[in-house]
Amino acid sequence: MAEIIDMPKLSDTMSVGTLVKWNIKEGQTVAFGDILGEVETDKATMELSCTVPGTILKIYAPAGSQLPVGAPICAIGKKGEAAPEPAAAPAPKAPVTAVPAIPEKTDVSCIPAAPSSSGSVAPQSDASRAKASPYAKRMAEKAALNVAALAGTGPGGRVVGRDVAAAASAPAVAAPSGPLNVAVAPPADGKGIQPDADVPVGGMRQTIARRLLESKVTVPHFYLEVEVDAAPLMAMRESLNKRLAEAGTDAIKLSVNDFILKASAEALRRVPAVNASWAGTSIRTHGAVHLSFGVALEDGLVTPVIRDAHAKTLKDIAVEAKSLIGKARSKKLTPNEMSGSTFTVTNLGMYGVTGFFGIINVPNAAILSVGATIKKPVVDAQDRLVIGHRMVIGLSGDHRVVDGANGAQFLQALKQLLEEPALMLI
Amino acid sequence: MAKPAVLTHPESLKRPAGPSEYAKDPVNASMSKAEKIALYTKMARIRHFEQRCIRIYQQGKIGGFLHLYVGQEAVAAGTISLLGKHDHIITGYRDHGHGLMVGMGMNECMAELTGRVTGCSQGKGGSMHYFAPDKNYWGGHGIVGGQAPLGTGLAYAVKYMGLKGSCLAYMGDGAVNQGAVHEAYNLAALWDLPMIFVIENNGYSMGTSQERSTAHPGCLAKRAEGYGMAWDVINGHDVYEVRAKTAIALKRAHEESKPTVLEIFTYRYFGHSMADPDKTYRDKEEIKEYREKKDPVLAFEQELLREKVLTPELSQEINDAAMAEADKAAVFADESPDPTVADITKHIYWEEDNRGPDTTSRGTIIFE
Amino acid sequence: MAVISYREALRAAMREELKRDDKVVLMGEEVAQFNGAYKVTEGLLKEFGPKRVVDTPISEAGFIGLGIGASMLGIRPVMELMFWSFSYVAFDQIVNNAGNIRYMSGGLINCPIVIRGPANGGTNVGATHSHTPEAILASHPGIKVVCPATPYDAKGLLKAAIRDNDPVYVMENTILYNDKGEVPDEDYIVPLGVADVKREGTDLTIVAHGRAVITSLKAAEILEKEHGVSVEVVDLRSIRPLDEETILASVRKTHRALLVEENKPFCGVDAQVAYLIQSKAFDELDAPIHRVSSIDAPQIYCKRMEDQQLPDVNRVVREALKVLA
Repeated sequence: MAEIIDMPKLSDTMSVGTLVKWNIKEGQTVAFGDILGEVETDKATMELSCTVPGTILKIYAPAGSQLPVGAPICAIGKKGEAAPEPAAAPAPKAPVTAVPAIPEKTDVSCIPAAPSSSGSVAPQSDASRAKASPYAKRMAEKAALNVAALAGTGPGGRVVGRDVAAAASAPAVAAPSGPLNVAVAPPADGKGIQPDADVPVGGMRQTIARRLLESKVTVPHFYLEVEVDAAPLMAMRESLNKRLAEAGTDAIKLSVNDFILKASAEALRRVPAVNASWAGTSIRTHGAVHLSFGVALEDGLVTPVIRDAHAKTLKDIAVEAKSLIGKARSKKLTPNEMSGSTFTVTNLGMYGVTGFFGIINVPNAAILSVGATIKKPVVDAQDRLVIGHRMVIGLSGDHRVVDGANGAQFLQALKQLLEEPALMLI
Repeated sequence: MAKPAVLTHPESLKRPAGPSEYAKDPVNASMSKAEKIALYTKMARIRHFEQRCIRIYQQGKIGGFLHLYVGQEAVAAGTISLLGKHDHIITGYRDHGHGLMVGMGMNECMAELTGRVTGCSQGKGGSMHYFAPDKNYWGGHGIVGGQAPLGTGLAYAVKYMGLKGSCLAYMGDGAVNQGAVHEAYNLAALWDLPMIFVIENNGYSMGTSQERSTAHPGCLAKRAEGYGMAWDVINGHDVYEVRAKTAIALKRAHEESKPTVLEIFTYRYFGHSMADPDKTYRDKEEIKEYREKKDPVLAFEQELLREKVLTPELSQEINDAAMAEADKAAVFADESPDPTVADITKHIYWEEDNRGPDTTSRGTIIFE
Repeated sequence: MAVISYREALRAAMREELKRDDKVVLMGEEVAQFNGAYKVTEGLLKEFGPKRVVDTPISEAGFIGLGIGASMLGIRPVMELMFWSFSYVAFDQIVNNAGNIRYMSGGLINCPIVIRGPANGGTNVGATHSHTPEAILASHPGIKVVCPATPYDAKGLLKAAIRDNDPVYVMENTILYNDKGEVPDEDYIVPLGVADVKREGTDLTIVAHGRAVITSLKAAEILEKEHGVSVEVVDLRSIRPLDEETILASVRKTHRALLVEENKPFCGVDAQVAYLIQSKAFDELDAPIHRVSSIDAPQIYCKRMEDQQLPDVNRVVREALKVLA
């Protein structure tokens, strides 16, 4: 049977060869070892020696042609035999065992462990990047603790196992997490104020419960209160809103809260010690004021964040606050918009609450709680009894970061700014 | 150092092949017709197997090295045809001829070249690592000279077990300068091991001729005198001479448990390996001369034709059959499967391949 | 149970195996007539004769290659290297031949050899005589490596090595040769691939092999008495195969790991152990894994400095305290 001779692989790196010349002709008889011709490779010109004795039936590659390794160049067989039809340059023979394909790299973005619900109160710090040992992280997860909020006693402030153990065994945290064990009798008249039921707690409420418990138990809260004369503020608000309305019907309306946010940022500029966080072996001071404020939702509370409030105008703050409130209500806040604050303001004034003290939003060092502005008899500078418009503002402070004096200074500054709003210009 | 004026080569090497002076030697004269034909057949099979390998290599199917034995057939054929039950062999990487001579099959040998699981080493060794322990063939080794101490170990074991046997350790002329070879010589001579060191001197260690690589007193085997060992030189193109002189060394090994160094002059027609274009160090005329005037397979054919043991028709039949067998083996190799990824980590440890109730070792032995 | 030295334990192992299997042959420089350079084989020539206990010329590549060749036919040579530092002249035989022949033959052959000898520094003999090549050798699939630290382990591991049908390389330590310990009289082996918790503890896991185990045990005493720390010491005993489970179980218990070795830092045995721990016990770690290796230089001659080049008790204690911080 005729044999097709292919362009031989004459060196490791050869992929094509040039048939420089033939020493034989079609019809010629050749023996093993006869030199059929010359092939030029990438390295040298080599002799093509005969490996199949017989008769040259056909030459497929004329002298001078360049062909890939494996392409047919001639056929050798028995004299008189028909020359076979050469296949095109052969496809490389598929290996009997396929090389397993390297699996496509799945794009796993570096997403930190997201809170279990959507639009819930996001952890203030990304727990998975906190400086904590793998073991501590695992323990914290099991104990439903935010490892980033814990004090680390390891080298460089690393949170290690003993820190989590200490936090987890703090007495108050051993609050029952299961159903209430005490039996409460249902209404005797059968028509209670609401159903006796076990309402399942969703992700947002779980997170709120966990974070606030953690804050209450691990942060040493202290409380300061100040009463502000809100009349100048109200007057300024009215006047500015009128001006804004003149500009257009869809103009922004400034709220009392917008003023308080702006004033808080300015008060922090004056008493920056309150714009800080406890970091275990150090206090981290923050250069920017990222303000978060409470927005009540149907199923809970969210605290969107206005970044760099210290650099924004009152109008900017108002516009952004409005936008964030809208997003909060339609559950469209992004994790970025819900985390990273340095100070928090909450306001229950619209409900008529005259004064209160909030729970610190860890890792902030303080939270401002604003009450309603009410009319009440006050004693003025001339010792006369007059009608005053008063707002009570409470400050809950983290005593590890903020001392009584700092807190008082902060409130003093805030009061000044609110009572003389023009001070916010300087 | 001045080169010796007279090189110690056998006289018979200086002339073209003709009737062998060793045909009448008892070890050859006592061969039956059938045995002589069988010997010739084996030489022809080696020749055709090796030649078939060239084509496979040029098709890019053999990776790595391919060191051909073409031209040296009489050395393996002559020596191995004498061996008995307790005679063992070990060689370097030009090992196909030895494998076929001890009786390995062309299929498994060809399949090994292309890395198939049906290869004689299950695709794990390649051209340089043919092994057949059941046929007393201990490889097939890649490091030049590294097989020499192993060979002394085989001889040592034969002696330790009180058996009448030997070990033939083959090496090329390039190996004789390796330290391990000298250490092996010393141990063989010191401990009276039944060793035969067979130097297959084909004149070149890769691209370096003997004159350029080796300081020697006339021939390589004569270095044996430095160790007090017997030695001889043999014309490797004459299979009768190979048999006659090797038989003496075997007798010395079996009966006196003493070593011998044999230097067998031979020639390879192809480069050191397939990657060697071999034009830089020798003349085409030189190769042509050997092929036409001293070819060992041709010479033995002529000898047997003269003895009327072979006829031209029988010879043609034998060669055709050998070529056909090689072709079939090439197809077998082509159609055989590769080993699998799971196979990669098998056959590393005896204890792992043979785990059973008596296996005491634990722990991780293959790592990720 | 007798209390014997590490040296005597090795000798007992060889004596028992020479008796048990007539294919076992001892070979090496000065092992017979000289009774052993370190007297490990003392008395064995007298008891078993020159066929079983063989003096070799100074020819490591030669006689180790010979041993490997003989093992292919069923002889079980136990070859002594006067120092494992001398193995490098026989590297081709030790690694390429002993380690690969089984694989390259597709499983047709096995080489049941043992090579044993001191692999240690700390003896004031300079850079070329102080090597600890267990990591280099263990990096070759086909080879097994063990490092006994006590007389009990020395006898048990050497017996297991001799009975093992693959090449097993035993790393001894001249400084430990005189250490005494309890060794049973009856036949026993220490299986390959089984580590040993030499001391139980709860605060820190120290993983070590060879003489570093002894150093670590001393450090553990100090850590307990002076620092109130409870240290667990895991003796690897076997490098390849490696007992991963015992290491991991200990780290899961203590959550902190200190690795101690007499190897030099780059790719010593502890590099592999560190990878293992971080890969399979990452979430158990309360601190990064620390390591005390020999100081990274060829072995210095000056004895006082060499003592500090090796992991000494003080360095181990200091590093342990860092891990516990």
